[in-house]
Amino acid sequence: MSTMFENASATPSIGLSEEQAQLIDVAAAFCRDKSPIDRVRSLIEDEAGFDPAIWTEIAELGWTGIAIPENYGGIGLGLGEIVPLVEYMGRHMLATPYVPSVLAGQAILRGGTEAQKEHYLPQIAAGGAASLALCEDHADWDLAHITCAAQRQGDALVLSGKKYLVAHAAAAQILIISVMLDGKPALVIAEAADLQGRLLREKIIDETQRSYVVDLDTLSLPSARLMDEALSEETLAHIELTASLLLAAEMCGGAFACVDYTLDYLKTRKQFGKLIGSYQSLKHTMVDAHQAYEQARSHLYSAAYLVGQQGEGEMAVRMAKAEAGEAMSFAADRAIQFHGGFGFTYDCDAQLYRRRAIMGCALHGDARYHRRKLADLMF
Amino acid sequence: MSDVDQQELAEFTQDAQAWFKENTPGEQDFMLPLTFMEVGTDQQFKFLRDWQNKVYEAGYLGAHWPKEYGGGGRHKAFQDAATRIMAAAQTPIMLNAIGLNWTGPLLLDRGSEEEKQRYIKGILSAETIWCQGFSEPDNGSDLGNAQTRAVRDGDDYVINGSKIWTTQGNYADYMILLARTNPDAENKYKGLSFFLSPMKADGIETIPIKKLTGEYGFTQTFFTDARIPADCLMGKEGEGWLIAMQTLEYERGARSGQAGGHVMMLSDPRDIVRLAREAQLNGKPAIEDEAVREELVALMSEARALGLGSRRDKLAPLTQDRPMSLALGSKLASTDFYQRLNAFAISMQGTRAAYYVGDDSAHDDGVWQRGYLNSFSATIGGGTSQIQRNIIGEHVLGLPKG
Repeated sequence: MSTMFENASATPSIGLSEEQAQLIDVAAAFCRDKSPIDRVRSLIEDEAGFDPAIWTEIAELGWTGIAIPENYGGIGLGLGEIVPLVEYMGRHMLATPYVPSVLAGQAILRGGTEAQKEHYLPQIAAGGAASLALCEDHADWDLAHITCAAQRQGDALVLSGKKYLVAHAAAAQILIISVMLDGKPALVIAEAADLQGRLLREKIIDETQRSYVVDLDTLSLPSARLMDEALSEETLAHIELTASLLLAAEMCGGAFACVDYTLDYLKTRKQFGKLIGSYQSLKHTMVDAHQAYEQARSHLYSAAYLVGQQGEGEMAVRMAKAEAGEAMSFAADRAIQFHGGFGFTYDCDAQLYRRRAIMGCALHGDARYHRRKLADLMF
Repeated sequence: MSDVDQQELAEFTQDAQAWFKENTPGEQDFMLPLTFMEVGTDQQFKFLRDWQNKVYEAGYLGAHWPKEYGGGGRHKAFQDAATRIMAAAQTPIMLNAIGLNWTGPLLLDRGSEEEKQRYIKGILSAETIWCQGFSEPDNGSDLGNAQTRAVRDGDDYVINGSKIWTTQGNYADYMILLARTNPDAENKYKGLSFFLSPMKADGIETIPIKKLTGEYGFTQTFFTDARIPADCLMGKEGEGWLIAMQTLEYERGARSGQAGGHVMMLSDPRDIVRLAREAQLNGKPAIEDEAVREELVALMSEARALGLGSRRDKLAPLTQDRPMSLALGSKLASTDFYQRLNAFAISMQGTRAAYYVGDDSAHDDGVWQRGYLNSFSATIGGGTSQIQRNIIGEHVLGLPKG
């Protein structure tokens, strides 16, 4: 039975590099040690939402430069090597600005000018936090739907509008902002000093994360901060795919953790004289949640393998995002239910996972969004 | 495992491709079974037996089984290559599935020298057809409660009782039989023994079962004071449960050693996309319907995940959390998927969903309707999907037994 669909495609569509295999082990140990659940909970109360000392350790491990080429101060591996790191961060809900920093680095790598790459990429590789300001009040996932604007005024660009859901903006040294310029999408780079007094923390459903509204009105940036205009659309598409891949990784990790957390309860909690995990209504549902996680993980590592490939990479990433979102949402939804009365309390970790799954689907498209895109690609 | 001579493998693959291109039979004037569970007529049986024999003689079945028993004595990579070619070319299926996939590997792994000498070659050549006698009318999923009796009497065992869902029971020469030798054992499992029982013996009668599709393929098998030689016992008395469980591991894909070749010809899941273009739903091709498109993508993603899963299973760093998970989960995942795929295909057909095999108005000659009904053989047989969830829940996730 296991070979039923093996022959559908002759090309191998999943694989694992030696570096990926090593990173799985390193990341598993690091995230487990640095992010026990009581630490995750105590950081909820922290304004920054992450521990700067751990962020420094992550930079020292070289993880902030993994997918940045060596000539820009990085290690020169690919996004595929980022995936296991983010997956295990997701398993342990390790809070840092890692994902937005990777995305910003990839955006500059794809769509920045040479001068910008030389200036910013080594900073990001060395552990300078970075982020992207893409979302707007219209709530569309389409990153090309932009109402924020930039006007040319002499040697400056003057921005207007507001950006929402800007992850870890308060920690970011570098912020990439999407605007309309001359009637077309464009990307500009702001630095921390430009953002003074412009950030307002948002109340988001996942309390382990941090996001901000960024008020762009009258923000003036030197025109040298404008990224390559000819590459704007391509860069936005690349950001969407990269973000989708990393969110898939994070949610795959989350789905695993959430299944694991619930299993622990089902193996210890007794009702009517029996461990509740022996009841089939719970057992079978856990199997379904676990199987969905396994399928999502197969998609994830296929996407990690194919992400650089034209066409096939996009399909694999969209499938991974859709399946990971559904897998984690289902596992977390049932996690609350199966913890019974305890599941309804703030103290039960099931709510952390459920909130995170909603957040992960809200950013860069839920399963339906990606399936519609896939349908247009496939049919 | 020893390294494979890549050049030899490449040549073998090329030869196999040419052989199957040359020798794969064309369309017949009777319906060919899509799975080994659908062999319902003598014509089908004879055709598939000849085909399997031909494939074996050409060296493309059991290529990796030991030479001294009739196999090809090659590395497994050779058989894998031949199997892939057969599946891709959609050649007719291998008939003797229970021999090739379950009995054969079981005998090779734990059979006596004499048993291997006696049975392996016939399994490969299809000269001896095997069936399985595990389930009983009153003991389907609860195999451990099997009540068919085997009583030692001199040089024989005397068998009484009844087995059900015997695939190819009316054609089989041998049965792997689970029977109770000791009704007073300390628990129900320890009273069971495992036999390699002849089927052509006095007191053994098979009655074909008409399936929900209206076709045949299974029998109920009745034992009435049937005498079988005592040396049919495999292992020792009381080891029946252990051996039966090992057999099920081959069936569920959790253990390898199968002879290769495909025993089910499943339509490519992508065929449903073709159907979606052709089928009319509410006045336009079904593929233009937004809900249909989403569901199609979800199904294609699932099909892809199943293929990816079997590849990922070979990447140890990606299975270390729960090493048995993908292997033990594949039967449940793929059989449930296939059922939903067929059901969804029917739902795209508007009023044509009402037609069945044999009517000109049916889409694809009713293959989706028939496929859906037949899909239950896989979600029920070999341990129902519900039993599979128990197995995964208990053996993969470590949940307590009920």
